[in-house]
Amino acid sequence: MTLADTPAAYVRELERIEIDVLLEAIFRHYGFDFRSYAYSSLKRRLWKRIEAEELRTVSQLQDLVLHNEAAMERLLLDLSVSVSAMFRDPNFYLAFRQKVVPILRTYPFIRIWHAGCSTGEELYSMAILLEEEGLYDRARMYATDINEVVLTAAREGIYPVDRMQEYTQNYVKAGGKRSFSEYYTARYDHALFAPALRRNAVFAQHNLVTDRSFSEFNVILCRNVMIYFDRKLQDRVHKLFYESLPVFGILALGNKESLVLSEYEPRYEAIDPRERIYRRVT
Amino acid sequence: MSAFSLIVVGVSAGGLNALGTLLGGLAADFPIPIAVVQHRSRDSDALTLVLQSHTPLRVLEIEDKMTFEPGNVYVAPPDYHTLIDDDHFALSVDAPVTYSRPSIDVLFESAADVLGTRLAGIVLTGANQDGARGLRKVVQRGGYAIVQDPSTAEVAVMPRAALELVPNAQVVPLAGLGAYLNTLSRRAA
Repeated sequence: MTLADTPAAYVRELERIEIDVLLEAIFRHYGFDFRSYAYSSLKRRLWKRIEAEELRTVSQLQDLVLHNEAAMERLLLDLSVSVSAMFRDPNFYLAFRQKVVPILRTYPFIRIWHAGCSTGEELYSMAILLEEEGLYDRARMYATDINEVVLTAAREGIYPVDRMQEYTQNYVKAGGKRSFSEYYTARYDHALFAPALRRNAVFAQHNLVTDRSFSEFNVILCRNVMIYFDRKLQDRVHKLFYESLPVFGILALGNKESLVLSEYEPRYEAIDPRERIYRRVT
Repeated sequence: MSAFSLIVVGVSAGGLNALGTLLGGLAADFPIPIAVVQHRSRDSDALTLVLQSHTPLRVLEIEDKMTFEPGNVYVAPPDYHTLIDDDHFALSVDAPVTYSRPSIDVLFESAADVLGTRLAGIVLTGANQDGARGLRKVVQRGGYAIVQDPSTAEVAVMPRAALELVPNAQVVPLAGLGAYLNTLSRRAA
């Protein structure tokens, strides 16, 4: 084979080598472990960064991020942020109100873990729901993410005002009981969510890939986070969740994530199979 | 064994009729899994049911990490991108690409990278440009490109845009698409 004659398979294998080397280097130098992330999504995000930095290859990106921490910060944001929407999948919140809230009412104290909370849209959605159901004051919400930058954004609770129309529609479909605008103050192009919504929230950096369980929770919410992980890492995280839930503890996944592929499936029963709300039974 | 491991289909406005016709023309033992991105609103979930009425093949909505297998037609869920990893689908909630999530380009590009010559891509009716770049990638990676004959499309913008980027794609009228794929599926690896 001459170098000019490079079939697609060859390019693909070379790119795989470059990406493997990059991820290994990032892990060893910075401690962030993306080695078990779902490959195609990861590759897409890497190329977005490569183009934004006006580079041409994965290897050039490796050179840049290993010698320039600011560039690594930018890549870290690309790789770890997934922007959600408030009350994304309104039917999930509706099901949560109807099927999980009655269970939570029987508890004197409720511990909720938002694993991979990103910029906090779903955290504030849940806070509003709990407030309206009269459960907020006995709840404590633990919001964790691998990335400090998004945690800061989650702590601030400021979102673009041009999304409020969409969020309001979601809120109504999700069974919202008040007027959505009661929860935020619009200022210029931003909407500031009421600080009272996070009075019982604790924000902390936690890495689902490398860190252990840090407590026991009544509810774990991890929606559309594990889709970015490969199957092996998904299993690891399922183990972590299983060990962080008591019997009857509740696990909520994204709408298109299934426990079926996990070895932990038999240890849960579905409270709402469509909305992917499960309860640990053994 | 067929020369193809997967067929990816991208379709937008006018898609229900086009997909119905395409699936209705496929052999009951069609041997290649098919993955469809149809642009649709966030809360429309009847698509799989509607498509199922046109074919004895099994129509499934894609879930994260679902393996693709012969005999099945897979439909990309709304509000997620669908990508390919090895032998399975992988979902993402990354930002919309050219205003679309799911994006046809995202599925086609990712499938082209993984499957190379074992992939066929089809762009059908639609009112935007999605799918054109993806189909070009399919061809760049050695895959097979098909575009619905724009004169048989409810909305010709999307197939025309695809043909502009991939002028050598096979142009097939909608009514003949099922039969065309039946023949293509018998091509040996």
